[in-house]
Amino acid sequence: MAFLRSPHAHARIGRVDLASARAMPGVVTCVTAADLRDTVRPLRAASRMTGYHATDLLPLAADKVRYQGEPVVAVVAESRYVAEDAVDAIAVEWSPLPPVPDARAAMAAESPLVHEEFGTNVILTRAFRHGDVDPALAGAALVVRERFRFRRHAALPIENRAALAAWNADGLTLWSSTQVPGMVRDALAESLAVPGHRIRVVAPDVGGGFGLKSSVYAEEIAVAALARRVGRPVKWIGDRREDLLASTQAWDEEIDATLALDGHGTIRGLRASVLADVGAYSIVPWTASIEVIQVISFLPGPYRVPAYLGEGAGVATNKAPMGPYRGVGRPVATFVMESLLDRAARRLGLDPREIRRRNFITEFPWRSPSGIVWDSGSFAETLDEAARLADWDGVRAAQSLRGDATRRLGVGVASYVELTGIGSAIPASPGADIATGTEGATVRVDPTGTVTASFGLACHGQGHETTLAQVVADTLGARLDDVRVVHGDTSAGPIGTGTYASRSAVLGGGAAILASRSVREKALAIAAHQLEADARDIELQESAAWVRGAPDRRVSLREIARSAYLGARRLPKGLEPGLEATRYYDPFFGTASSATHIAVVEVDLALGAVTVLRHVVVEDCGRVINPRIVEGQTIGGVAQGIGGALLEELVYDDQAQLATGSLMDYLPPTAWEIPPIVVRHLDRPSPSTIGGFKGVGEGGTIGAPAAIANAVSDALGSLGVEIAELPVTPDRIFRLLASRAPRTG
Amino acid sequence: MPEPVSISLTVNGIAREGRCEPRKLLVDFIREDLELTGTHVGCEHGICGACTVIVNGEAARSCLMLAVQAEGAEILTIEGLAKDGKFHPLQEAFRQHHGLQCGFCTPGMLLTALDFLRVNPHPTELEIREGIAAVLCRCTGYQGIVKAVDAAAKELGRTTG
Repeated sequence: MAFLRSPHAHARIGRVDLASARAMPGVVTCVTAADLRDTVRPLRAASRMTGYHATDLLPLAADKVRYQGEPVVAVVAESRYVAEDAVDAIAVEWSPLPPVPDARAAMAAESPLVHEEFGTNVILTRAFRHGDVDPALAGAALVVRERFRFRRHAALPIENRAALAAWNADGLTLWSSTQVPGMVRDALAESLAVPGHRIRVVAPDVGGGFGLKSSVYAEEIAVAALARRVGRPVKWIGDRREDLLASTQAWDEEIDATLALDGHGTIRGLRASVLADVGAYSIVPWTASIEVIQVISFLPGPYRVPAYLGEGAGVATNKAPMGPYRGVGRPVATFVMESLLDRAARRLGLDPREIRRRNFITEFPWRSPSGIVWDSGSFAETLDEAARLADWDGVRAAQSLRGDATRRLGVGVASYVELTGIGSAIPASPGADIATGTEGATVRVDPTGTVTASFGLACHGQGHETTLAQVVADTLGARLDDVRVVHGDTSAGPIGTGTYASRSAVLGGGAAILASRSVREKALAIAAHQLEADARDIELQESAAWVRGAPDRRVSLREIARSAYLGARRLPKGLEPGLEATRYYDPFFGTASSATHIAVVEVDLALGAVTVLRHVVVEDCGRVINPRIVEGQTIGGVAQGIGGALLEELVYDDQAQLATGSLMDYLPPTAWEIPPIVVRHLDRPSPSTIGGFKGVGEGGTIGAPAAIANAVSDALGSLGVEIAELPVTPDRIFRLLASRAPRTG
Repeated sequence: MPEPVSISLTVNGIAREGRCEPRKLLVDFIREDLELTGTHVGCEHGICGACTVIVNGEAARSCLMLAVQAEGAEILTIEGLAKDGKFHPLQEAFRQHHGLQCGFCTPGMLLTALDFLRVNPHPTELEIREGIAAVLCRCTGYQGIVKAVDAAAKELGRTTG
């Protein structure tokens, strides 16, 4: 299948002439929205936010297109080559409308409307208030203000999105490159009016996601609807252009922020107003709010902020929809708060590390100004250790040696705390009815003694096959090699939504522990019966059980499992046969991962180029299941943060046309741009989650941009340059330096 | 539509034949006609390197070649890298040093590294970074890959003298 996608950012769809395309050899069908109207229902992301306007998710645009790349016609053909030929043969009568190119323009009274029926382009607002911020600002010894800008970003998994739908008498199977097979199943049931138990969604070996694959997409609905219509399997494999044009995008926020402090650098108050360009639609199931709400939720960071006002507005424009991306809001919030603190430190003549130490939260649990409960945090400890590993003092010494060199050194720090393993107390948005707070695990020992642990999660590179197997093996007392982890298939495991929001270790690991404990308890009872001992005296490790102190009196997990299924004559009286358990876990509030990043950079004044010389992360992600996997997640996240800080930007022009629609123009870092990254773990088990895990999937991307921005500001401080906009490309550095240069003549 | 053309080539040491349209990309021919789906498609414009295969001894983007251009060629794809059920030292090093997460770039990364070590058997870390900059990885931050290529270089140097 291939899509005819809108070449316009904003246009009415007139007559669509499909005759030539339909007549081409190898073309099976071509359909428009009208052809699917009777068989596909629109989906909407519900929320009780003030002034929230939900938008329809349909497989194809009806009447009007609202962003360049929006699918308009679906073509099913014998091959992608033929399908693309057919797309080229379709004639559409477009009536272009004036586009809404950015959030500022969208707020203007005379702006065209992306959705006329709302009467506004502001499709959501939200605010968090704590204390009285006005007097805090008015009476402060020091007030720092800045307008920050974090540009639009692509998650860019190397595997593009793809979906394949096949129907048979039992129903639909959809293979999709998704992080959230459970959500996709539920959405398809509603959209296609098919009972949920007739739908299987499989997400095998997904090639990266980073949040981009955690929403429900038009293309998934389209392949399912078209496969039903033509009675044959239908496959769509997105290409990179489609990925850059029509996958959810990230960030693109403007933040006016004011931080008030006393003369010692103690924070008195923080006020921020966030304008978010959320693109053309409110995505399913997250709504358009996810990025902006997280920015205002997490702006106060790991600091005591006695008075806070954070206001956010999500504004519709003619761009691809905003969606979750690794860190969601926290990279932007951390960039803003950490930049403000460094500005304050410079004004007060304080060391950047010292101003942080004076403001870190030190008592737990701590209720943040936005109502988040921090159960723990290792803020000062991560800061001190990171400064030591980064040789902070050595950089300062080297800076003074270099003086006015044309290549300036800078060092920058960023500390953050993130809410991870989010439970049911914190919904994705007010009134959202998606089950992001729970996850299940089924642990089954079969009669051969091997263990299958099934999850509703969907791994896409995080190594759940390893970490969750470790958790199950350790808890149950099985050999690691005997544990197989199954995920990413709605027919193979318990109910679950998928993998996103640094939740899998906490929620999946917690459910795995509960289920493994249940199975272990039963295995111990059976072993005790067979060994004629008390269950309390049985050891069970490495798939064998024995009587404590009498290791010869032993029975294997295989023998225990065989007995479990052979029934009453082999089992203790009254014990139900079988050796498996399904348990669910809800961490309720969730927990808190924290870290400090320190970047050391060199800025070439002649070229405007920033080189990251080294990057240090000291993190507390709770109990570490597998250090190598934690390190891999963190380093990978830092690399994406470096991309976001220095290189990557989705540029739309004033007609809302994407100017960076290929990898010639959109620049993720290669190995050459990434420095050696040093990661240290503090193993501080969470006080509030089963297993003590805190979650680590996103942190690298949260801390890196802020640390790099501060390092660049540090390098250019003597030239009067402070970074307020990311990515800080050579062009932006050049302009900043030019604007500060003394005028001559 | 132009008539399909016949293509004969050697893939992973085995003589293969197929028929496809002259416009068909080599990567699509490898995946669809030869059913070797280990070669991945990431961008179709020669930047990401996921589709890298070895053509007549040199790394090549199979998304930038037509299948017909591979007539008579010897091609190595990821399926041919392990021998007799045993990983190539590069594959073993990627496993040992966490050189992959989602695995999507890995086939192209491995074959790029294979070609790089052929040209530069004793690279420095910076040379490795430059060499593998031909392939984009979004998961690992490259650190594990750099370590793996370095380890494989040493292992290959040891075993081949």
